[in-house]
Amino acid sequence: MKHLDEYRDLELVKPLVEELQRAVTKPLRVMEVCGSHTMAIFRNGLRTVLPQGMELVSGPGCPVCVTSAPHMDAFIGMADRPGVRVAIFGDLFRVPGSNGSLANASSRGAKIDIVYSPMDALEIAKQHPDQLMVFLGVGFETTTPGIAATIMAAKVQNVKNFVVFSTQKTMPPPLIALLDDPELKIDGLLCPGHVSSIIGAGAYEPLAKKYGLACVVAGFETADLVKGLIMLARQVATGDIKVENVYPRVVSWEGNPRAQKMVDEIFEPADMEWRGLGVIPGSGLKIRDKYSDFDAEVRLDIKLPPSQEAKGCMCGQILKGINTPKDCPLFAKRCTPASPIGPCMVSSEGTCAAYHKYGQDI
Amino acid sequence: MCLAIPMRVVKVEGDPDDFTTSQIATVDADGIQKEVRLDIVDHWPQVGDYVIIHAGFAIHSLVEEEAKKNLELLKQLADTMPEELLSPLNVNEE
Ligand code: SF4
Repeated sequence: MKHLDEYRDLELVKPLVEELQRAVTKPLRVMEVCGSHTMAIFRNGLRTVLPQGMELVSGPGCPVCVTSAPHMDAFIGMADRPGVRVAIFGDLFRVPGSNGSLANASSRGAKIDIVYSPMDALEIAKQHPDQLMVFLGVGFETTTPGIAATIMAAKVQNVKNFVVFSTQKTMPPPLIALLDDPELKIDGLLCPGHVSSIIGAGAYEPLAKKYGLACVVAGFETADLVKGLIMLARQVATGDIKVENVYPRVVSWEGNPRAQKMVDEIFEPADMEWRGLGVIPGSGLKIRDKYSDFDAEVRLDIKLPPSQEAKGCMCGQILKGINTPKDCPLFAKRCTPASPIGPCMVSSEGTCAAYHKYGQDI
Repeated sequence: MCLAIPMRVVKVEGDPDDFTTSQIATVDADGIQKEVRLDIVDHWPQVGDYVIIHAGFAIHSLVEEEAKKNLELLKQLADTMPEELLSPLNVNEE
C-alpha cells in the first residue's frame, strides 16, 4: 500500500507535531511499551521533534529481549538433542544464553527452522515424521492466539510430532510490576497497538484507575503515534486520566473474542520469568493439561537451569525504563549488533539495537 | 513485528464456526497474493473486506468502507488537520 508511506513522513504531519508542542504544558514521562513502537519512533525521527518536557522511555515490549537466560539455555539444550528440530521466529537465532546461542547450536549441527508463522512449523513437522518438532513460543498476546490455533490444528490433524515450548507472556502484569517499583516514575503509557487488538483497550483501565496512569492505545503510522502523544499530554495537563484509543480501526474496547476463546481453550496463566524483571506471578501462559501431548516441557521433561545474566549487561534496567542504552559501558563498544552481549542488542525491536541504528546522537 | 497494513481479501474458505475445516483467506497487496489463516480473526471477512495480519494469521477485519475511511482520516490529519478532527479527538467512542 503505497499511500501509507506518506504518513510516515514527519514533514506531512507537521500540524500534528505543532499541536503536540502546544499540548505539553506540564513535564511528563511516557513509556512506549511496544518494541514496534520503539522502532517506528526512531525510524520516523519523532524523537528529534519531541517538545521540551516530554520524555520517552522504552518498556519491556520486545518479546525476545524479555526471554530469560534459563529459557534461552533450555531452548539451546533442546535443539542439541538428537531427533529434535526446533522452529523459531528469526529474531531468536542469535540471542545469547549463558553459554552460546541457537546460532552456535546450528553450526554444531542442530536442526533449526526459521519460520514466519507457527503454522509453517506444523507443516515442517508433517514432512519430518521421524523427528520431534518443537516450536519455541516467544511472544505476547498478539502471537499467542496463532500458537493456540496451531496446537488446535495439530490436534485436529492428529500430528503427533509437533510440540510447543511456551514462554508466552501477557502484558498487563509486568506493567503493574513496573508501576509498583518506586525507582520508575512514569506519567503515561503509549499502549501497544496489536496486543490491544486482542485484549482490548479496556484491559488498561486498572492502570488508569489504580495508578493514575494516562493510557492511550496507538497505531504505528507517524500520525497515529503523534496523536497518541498529544492525547497523553492533554490527559496529564488536565488531570483527566483515563484510557483512550486512537487506533479504533484496529482496536476495540473488548478486543478480539475469537482469539481470546482460542487462547483460553489451550492455555492457562502461570508464573513466568522475565529477563531483567524476575518472576512475575501470573504473567505467563502454559499449555493446559488437556493438551499436554503438545507441551514440549512435558514431552521432553525439561527442567529450567538457574538464572544467570551476561556480565555487565544492563538490559534489565533498560527494559524497566530506568536506564537508557547510553548508560551501559558496553554499548557500541564491546556490544554491537554484529556481536551482541545482551538480547536488547539482538532483536530488531530491542532498545539497544534501536539506539545503535538510529539514535547514537539522541 | 507488528505491521499495520491492511490486505484486501480476494477469496475465503472454510466454515467460521468449525475450526476442523481449513479457515483460510487469500489476500492481495499490490498484486502479490498469499494465504492467511482465519482461525482467530475477530470478524469473519467477506471478499472485498480488508484484514490485518500477524504471523500468518488475520487478527482483525475491516469492511472496505471502514478501511478507506480510516486511510482517509489519516490522510486528512496529515494534510490539513481540520479542527473537528483535532479538538475532541474522541474517535474511540463508537
Ligand atoms: S548495550 Fe549490550 S550489554 Fe549494554 S545493556 Fe544493551 S544489550 Fe546489554
